[in-house]
Amino acid sequence: MLQFLLHGLTALLLPPLLPGLIAKTKARMAGRKGPPVFQLYYDLAKLARKRAVFSRTTTWVFLAGPVGGVAAGLTASCLVPFGHTPAPVSFEGDVILFAYLFGLARFLTILSALDTGSSFEGMGAAREATFSALAEPALFLGFAALAKANASLSLGTMLAFPGSLATRFTGPLILILAGWVIVYLAENSRIPVDDPNTHLELTMIHEVMVLDHSGRPLALVLYGASLKLLVLGALILTPALPRAAHAWQNWLAFYLALGGLAVGVGLVESAMARFRMTKVPQFLVAGVLATGFAFLLLLV
Amino acid sequence: MSLYFLALLAAAVSGIPGLFLRRRGGEVAAGLLGLAAALGLGASLAVLSGGQVGSFALRTAALGAPGLLVFDPLAAFFAIPVLILSVCGAVYGLGYWEGRRGNTPLLRLVYGLLTAALLLLVAASHALTFLLAWEGMAIAAFVLVMAEDREAETRRAGWIYLAATHTGTLLLFAAFALLARVQGQAGFGALPAGLAASCVGTALFTLFLLGFGFKAGLFPLHLWLPPAHAAAPSHVSALMSGVLLKMGILGIARFLSWVPDPPPWWGGTLAAAGALSGILGVAFALGQHDLKRLLAYHSIENIGIILLGLGLGTLGKATGHPAMQALGYAGALLHVVNHSLFKGLLFLSAGSVLHATGTRDLERLGGLGRTMPWTSAAFLAGAWAICGLPPLNGFVSEWLIYLGAFRGLGLEPGLGWQGWPLVILVSLALIGALALACFAKAFGAVFLGLPRTETANHAPEAPRTMLLPMGLLALACLAIGVAPALFAPALGRAAGVLGGSPVGSPVGGEALTALAPLRMLTWAAAILGLLALLLGRWLRPAAPTPREGDLPTWDCGYAAADARMQYTASSLADGLVRGLRWVLRPVAHLPRVAGWFPRPARYESHVPDPALDRAAAPALQLVARGAGFLRVAQGGALPVYLLYVLLTLLALLVWMVA
Repeated sequence: MLQFLLHGLTALLLPPLLPGLIAKTKARMAGRKGPPVFQLYYDLAKLARKRAVFSRTTTWVFLAGPVGGVAAGLTASCLVPFGHTPAPVSFEGDVILFAYLFGLARFLTILSALDTGSSFEGMGAAREATFSALAEPALFLGFAALAKANASLSLGTMLAFPGSLATRFTGPLILILAGWVIVYLAENSRIPVDDPNTHLELTMIHEVMVLDHSGRPLALVLYGASLKLLVLGALILTPALPRAAHAWQNWLAFYLALGGLAVGVGLVESAMARFRMTKVPQFLVAGVLATGFAFLLLLV
Repeated sequence: MSLYFLALLAAAVSGIPGLFLRRRGGEVAAGLLGLAAALGLGASLAVLSGGQVGSFALRTAALGAPGLLVFDPLAAFFAIPVLILSVCGAVYGLGYWEGRRGNTPLLRLVYGLLTAALLLLVAASHALTFLLAWEGMAIAAFVLVMAEDREAETRRAGWIYLAATHTGTLLLFAAFALLARVQGQAGFGALPAGLAASCVGTALFTLFLLGFGFKAGLFPLHLWLPPAHAAAPSHVSALMSGVLLKMGILGIARFLSWVPDPPPWWGGTLAAAGALSGILGVAFALGQHDLKRLLAYHSIENIGIILLGLGLGTLGKATGHPAMQALGYAGALLHVVNHSLFKGLLFLSAGSVLHATGTRDLERLGGLGRTMPWTSAAFLAGAWAICGLPPLNGFVSEWLIYLGAFRGLGLEPGLGWQGWPLVILVSLALIGALALACFAKAFGAVFLGLPRTETANHAPEAPRTMLLPMGLLALACLAIGVAPALFAPALGRAAGVLGGSPVGSPVGGEALTALAPLRMLTWAAAILGLLALLLGRWLRPAAPTPREGDLPTWDCGYAAADARMQYTASSLADGLVRGLRWVLRPVAHLPRVAGWFPRPARYESHVPDPALDRAAAPALQLVARGAGFLRVAQGGALPVYLLYVLLTLLALLVWMVA
């Protein structure tokens, strides 16, 4: 019970820390001081008190994006184990529900972008739809490989990968994680796929879709994005973490790894530039290939 | 069985009073179809809840006692979408069609006859009844497609449909003849073991797959489907896409139910055909500008998903893996019903758009969400479901197929080529992502943003008779999505028939819920709904702020953006269409800009259908040109024909004497 409470609290409260960590890492790498790690918490608190502005073009669909993003993200957070502590809800086939919840969030975000009638947001919507069509097979091939290795259809058991270093599963696992890191960067609109901090709306993907949101809807959008960093992060980290004997050790390992992941994303962002838009599909196909090879290796 | 016959009768005669009544003919027809639906659903539910399977045999001296009709769980399962969509379409037609265009009584009559033919078809258990009902269905649908035959486009669509359906029927005649020869009689029943592996089995499988594939709209046999669905009145499109195509699936399912030992390659072939149809269907849908053509291509995609399920089930049956068999077949059958519900819903709401604006062109619509809120909500529900997003019904059936495929991954031996489950899995994921892109484009272009034309700006909301059926279908989508466990017993029985038991039940509802924890989906839907409700409430104080003045979209500070600057449907899909241009082969007519003062230019692009515009039409034109030589013999002069008769007579005389 305590575990589930901790799980829920982590899912609810921890996410805004991750963008802060990424931003701090980037600032430090660039030799700047950077905003405080808790900046997003302050932003959210401020936005929650602000009034929202709505364009005359928008309808209720405009609000469906932010609401759907957070609702789907939180529901998905119940399904994924945070490290090696089991998820609150777990059943055969929850993997697919997990993936499709993110599909739902994406669908509603795209629609709320199109609701504004702005061509900038249309551009973002088109890109998001296009690139996610390539990210989806990579995610599912990874699931297929894990299901093959574990003979399980539930995220909880599937991600508890039966591997110490030195079994025949190590190679595939590395490939799966490599593919999924690509998916992670794409789904969370990070460099090298998307640059959340660029000044040019023409080159953005995710940020440009939410240009018109303000006040509480914007708070939900920002929170939803950070939630995605956490939940998909848990997906990548869990199979890579060693299983510890005590629950607290598992939690500690998970939190440390999560922090490491955020710092890692920050390092990637400091070290690379964003790809040209035409290169992005190739990058995503690399993810598909990595997970595909992982599956092939498991057949041997 | 008597309930079933009464429903059949009520549906068949539903259009007759309208021929004589001066007014209210449509209401009477809709009422009779409603009665048919009530009776038929009663009969279906009785059978699906484990009641006795009714049958009907003809007792004649000449033919022996062939069993003509059997209302088994599979028939009952397929009868449900027939009945629901038919009555929804009839009520919808009251607002959509009545009093606007000519020949309404005839259309009502044929609509009722089509429903009756479909009901007859689902229960047919003899080649004779099956082919009779099949032809009745094909011809009735032809009449309905041709409803607006003043337009050349409609006439073309109608003839293509007629030619395609008869080509398919020809193959079916061959298949049933072969079947009757093997069995020694033309009634339906289990085939002897070992037959499937022989040459005859291969021939039967190929003939049935191709013959039924024409009707189901399997890629590349789908050539009739997009034009016919675009040209038919919308409630007819809904019935055609929702139910008529499924009769092809019913045929394949019936055939599979007779075969006790299908070879694994059958499952592989079905899965491959499904993957092809599914991926190419949605890819071509992305390239369409016509709302109803787009929906028609999505029907091809969904037929693909159903075949993926059937293929998976057959692989399971062939290799003796009951879990895979049950999940594959159950997923396929549930998707049959689901697709009827949400595609019916989508066609009906597309019809409302057409009714209100007079156009199906995505580039001339936009912003309808404000003037047509209910229609837009209905279309959104349909789009949500067809993309397979939780918590609507499309997710449940895809989830079952996914589960079956995941189980198949863990199995090693005997699958023929063991990659099939992976192919099914990845195809489903890809189809889902592409469908999401396509429906974001369709819904966005039609209902969101700024209206692109003046008519779109003033489109009135559809009348209540049109909204009511849409609401009903949307509720059905929600019910199956939120509480799938309720429908598991019925689904399990119908899937059991496919597994080979005549009354269906080795895979009961409990077995299905044990394989797939459907109840958990209810919990997930509850969590999701609750969270959405809470967050929506949190936004509420923000929502009704005084809309300070009349604010435009921010658009990075450019306040004079207008509808022409909006992203269009084509530009939304452009990235994917470009990426897939090696298969879609879009055609663009580029303007030529030359000289000091270039003249006004037009740019046009479209994605032609590969099967119709690139293969069948040129090939048939070649045949027609070749046949031109025969025209010499067909001069049209009466004396020449008399001469032919005389010559034939003489030739016969000579032959007889010799």
